[in-house]
Amino acid sequence: MASASWTPLKDADRIFTNLYGYDSWRLEAAKKRGDWQGTKDLIALGREKIVEIVKGSGLRGRGGAGFPTGMKWSFMPKDTGGRPSYLIVNADESEPGTCKDREIMRNDPHKLVEGCLLAGVGIGASAAYIYIRGEYRAEYRVMEAAIQEAYDAGLLGKNACGSGYDFDVIMHHGAGAYICGEETALLESLEGKKGQPRLKPPFPAMAGLWGCPSTVNNVESIAVTPTILRRGSDWFASFGREKNEGTKLFCVSGHVEKPCNIEEAMSIPLKELLERYCGGVRGGWDNLKAVIPGGSSVPLIPRSICDDVLMDFDALKEVKSGLGTAAVIVMDQSTDVVKAIARLAYFYKHESCGQCTPCREGTGWMWRVLTRMGRGEAEIEEIDMLLDVSKQVEGHTICALGDAAAWPIQGLIRHFRDEIEDRIKNRTRVAVTQVAAAE
Amino acid sequence: MPTVKINGVEHEVEAGMTVLQACEQAGVEIPRFCYHERLSIAGNCRMCLVEVKPGPPKPQASCALPVQDGQEIVTDSDMVHKARKGVMEFLLINHPLDCPICDQGGECDLQDQAMAYGFSGSRFEENKRAVADKYMGPLIKTIMTRCIHCTRCVRFVAEVAGVEDIGLLNRGEAAEISSLEQAVDSELSANVIDLCPVGALTSKPYAFEARPWELKKTESIDVMDAVGSNIRVDARGNEVLRVLPRLNEDVNEEWISDKTRYACDGLVRQRLDRPYVRGADGKLHPADWSTALQTVADKLKATEASKIAAIAGDLVDAESVFALRALMQRLGVANIDCRQDGARIEAEPRAQYLFNSGIAGIERADAILIVGANLRWEAPLINARIRKRWLESGLKVGLIGPQVKSTYDVEYLGAGPETLQQVVDGAHGFAETLKQAERPLIIVGMGALARPDGAEALGAVRRLAEAVGAVGDDWNGFNVLHTAAGRVGAMELGFLPGEGGRSVPEILDGARAGEIEVVYLHGADEVDMSALEKAFVIYQGHHGDKGAHAADVILPGAAYTEKNATYLNTEGRVQLARRAVFPPGEAREDWAILRALSERAGATLPFDSLEALRRQMREQHPRLTRLDEAEPGEWGAFGADGAMDASRAFVSPVENFYMTDPISRCSQTMAACTQEILLARGEGQRAIEGGAAHG
Repeated sequence: MASASWTPLKDADRIFTNLYGYDSWRLEAAKKRGDWQGTKDLIALGREKIVEIVKGSGLRGRGGAGFPTGMKWSFMPKDTGGRPSYLIVNADESEPGTCKDREIMRNDPHKLVEGCLLAGVGIGASAAYIYIRGEYRAEYRVMEAAIQEAYDAGLLGKNACGSGYDFDVIMHHGAGAYICGEETALLESLEGKKGQPRLKPPFPAMAGLWGCPSTVNNVESIAVTPTILRRGSDWFASFGREKNEGTKLFCVSGHVEKPCNIEEAMSIPLKELLERYCGGVRGGWDNLKAVIPGGSSVPLIPRSICDDVLMDFDALKEVKSGLGTAAVIVMDQSTDVVKAIARLAYFYKHESCGQCTPCREGTGWMWRVLTRMGRGEAEIEEIDMLLDVSKQVEGHTICALGDAAAWPIQGLIRHFRDEIEDRIKNRTRVAVTQVAAAE
Repeated sequence: MPTVKINGVEHEVEAGMTVLQACEQAGVEIPRFCYHERLSIAGNCRMCLVEVKPGPPKPQASCALPVQDGQEIVTDSDMVHKARKGVMEFLLINHPLDCPICDQGGECDLQDQAMAYGFSGSRFEENKRAVADKYMGPLIKTIMTRCIHCTRCVRFVAEVAGVEDIGLLNRGEAAEISSLEQAVDSELSANVIDLCPVGALTSKPYAFEARPWELKKTESIDVMDAVGSNIRVDARGNEVLRVLPRLNEDVNEEWISDKTRYACDGLVRQRLDRPYVRGADGKLHPADWSTALQTVADKLKATEASKIAAIAGDLVDAESVFALRALMQRLGVANIDCRQDGARIEAEPRAQYLFNSGIAGIERADAILIVGANLRWEAPLINARIRKRWLESGLKVGLIGPQVKSTYDVEYLGAGPETLQQVVDGAHGFAETLKQAERPLIIVGMGALARPDGAEALGAVRRLAEAVGAVGDDWNGFNVLHTAAGRVGAMELGFLPGEGGRSVPEILDGARAGEIEVVYLHGADEVDMSALEKAFVIYQGHHGDKGAHAADVILPGAAYTEKNATYLNTEGRVQLARRAVFPPGEAREDWAILRALSERAGATLPFDSLEALRRQMREQHPRLTRLDEAEPGEWGAFGADGAMDASRAFVSPVENFYMTDPISRCSQTMAACTQEILLARGEGQRAIEGGAAHG
């Protein structure tokens, strides 16, 4: 592991220099921070070159799945048969624990707007749709204002930045459904239909929005693009381990002294992240019980793993968890981890779209069993049954929500089976004692 | 053609097929709930999971996965079995196991597949979900707790029926199928009952009537419109309990209209189950067959042939028409006619009264003009074909006639003859649309033909068809849409006025004037009975409708489910209906009544059995030997050249879709549909008034 060689990210290497909103989000201030500088030249790099640079930077999608962004862009067909191509920005940030895109949009919106234009050139799109989460009212207004500023300054629209390229950016407000963050459900919702994931294939690159070639990217992936193009792929690739390059926004919440959003290099050790930036775990490192390292969908990891795990895609995959959206949820010893996961199970039950059988029926079943387990009202055998049910949901659904619902439960059983068993046994013992006392 | 390996055996399959279709072709069964070959692919039930290599290491939904060359498909591995068992378990945890009281029991996909993939016990310890039942109209009964959310019903109404009346509300566990507590506004709505793989949507009129294994199933033909839908008649004892569709790609695919399905309860109401003779007191009295037949025979013998007339109705079968025509010929009667609505069509050339392109031909058309017809009500399945073609190709459809709510985009050209004349003259833009089309198609309905200037309208449409190139060697896009199931058969058999004979309007005028003294109504209920007050009226038929009220002698016949009979649909397709039950009481099959009458009238018909009759009929009309085939008519000059009556718009003959003939007028279910669907929509007033005028 590369933990010994890790050094903190220098301020000069931060992409999101106004993440905390100390400065204005307006165009003028953004320009001073370096946005919209030489955009015309970046557009002039052309489609192939832009994709090549992004490929070379090693940027992996920041929405959770970690698919290489440059490769995704290269899937966009050059010959579209007369159809327009679209860039869709997924700003439906709804993963519990995740709050990075929100900060980008309200404090540094021009990073995203410029990113839309450049990524749009990279995939040959004529317009970008930013699908923003329903609850993000303030962010929606900031984004709209920023886009308007860009139009007024000639940076968007016909002949954007004087480059000869025509490009539009359109905001679209969601209604607050978690499932609309799934890329094809997002497309359905954008088309005015009920947000339910589509069957794949066809993938959006072939038939996306209104049947036209589309690429759906996370806000962060798009917002880092201009800086990558300016500073070069080597610069971006110099952070983090191989295949996990770049800088990344981490959202730390839960039982730390100072929960925060922080941009750091990939592959930062988890312990370093929590102690350097968040004031450490409440009550000290030894008080740590478990961490959900990548938003509610990924399995939790117990303290023993937290001690030396690195925060990147591959390291977390190795410990059977995932980087996801890099939303770190910290739980100290005071946490009832069974009830905590049961609450997440409720979330997935509530947010399942109901389209396909395993997720519609399985999420509710798992939540009910887990809730009983939280109270100890279960049988020991039911733990294995629950695991089996979660395996019947995982991998059998149209979209990944089924997987997302199953993984936290699998993680819980993997690492905290003892705790569930103890609770069931205690409950039984209490019940027996009570019966004896009554007699 | 791609080659795939299914369970280790190589198969060649067509490119573009799905894995499920490929497996099916190879004879490997794949369980499914949401997949239906005539609906879009939803992929939501997850029952059809298979293992596919190359591909991700998890099972794939075969209904949505295209085949690829070199693909390896495994349908019987442990992974597949486990996955399917898992899906089945999920489907069953919230499904009430109320099979003993469920109408779907015995023909339930979930029940059948649970045999193969179900667990014997349940691991589900929680409470089952309960869902409030929904109102979907007088035909569809809902028990929504049983719903497995396959969305076949949603897709059917949206795609085939063309109305977006059913949808999936809410999400996750709370997802429910609903029509927002309104009756589904489609003539094809009840097909969702067949599509529902479980007992969530069942038949309301048939609720708790019978178990499928108690029913005797008879393959037959429908007569509620002139489409000739292929049906299966399910009966228990001597009662028809339900009618279901049968597959026929050329006619009804696998759908039937709600009237076809549900008018069958009219078969046991208002039936003529014994002969009647009007007595000296002016009232009808029950009589025995001998008396009734003798009374008729005496009257026929005592009357001059020129003063006798016979009219064939809308539901008559070819055999009885043949027999009646033969009898009238023997009696020397030339006043015979089957066009009781006064349609101005003649026997030759045949092209003038047939749906020449064929119903399936619609799927090759690229522009359609509808003249004087409300297709949704006159022939819902032809309408559904046009919608199918429209969805596929976006073809242009023009309409001259009654303006109705269509299930596809229609360019409304005008209400009547004036507009038709403009199109014929090329003065209207749509003429150009037809001309540009490779296969233009024109449908002319009885709304244009069954009126005094019908011959002129027919001639105008013929000239239009010729002018736009609708008639060629391999394409004849001139189509007549009938509404009467028996009409084309009677036309084919020549049940038309003989030399010097009178047509229906002339017969009625003659009866009023006393020139016609005896009128033989063979199932004819739609003529103006007030004209027959002076005449001696014989009514042969099965329902106590208008004809029977006007009759002096009633000869009780058999309805379409009660006889082996031949029907020709609007295309001229020859199809056999089969007897499912026996006629009630003393009622008899119609050909036999005529045979018995002929003997007493001294004009004995030369056949003693249905077989002998058919032999003679087919000798004289060889086309009737070619079952299930429709022979397009030969082209020629037909119709008249004069001007049409521009002051009268074309009006559809169907005023209330649910009540068009003696059977459906007697059906309580159809009455409920009129009430709950038409009246509730505020469209029923005319229908009710129309009904009152009939009554």
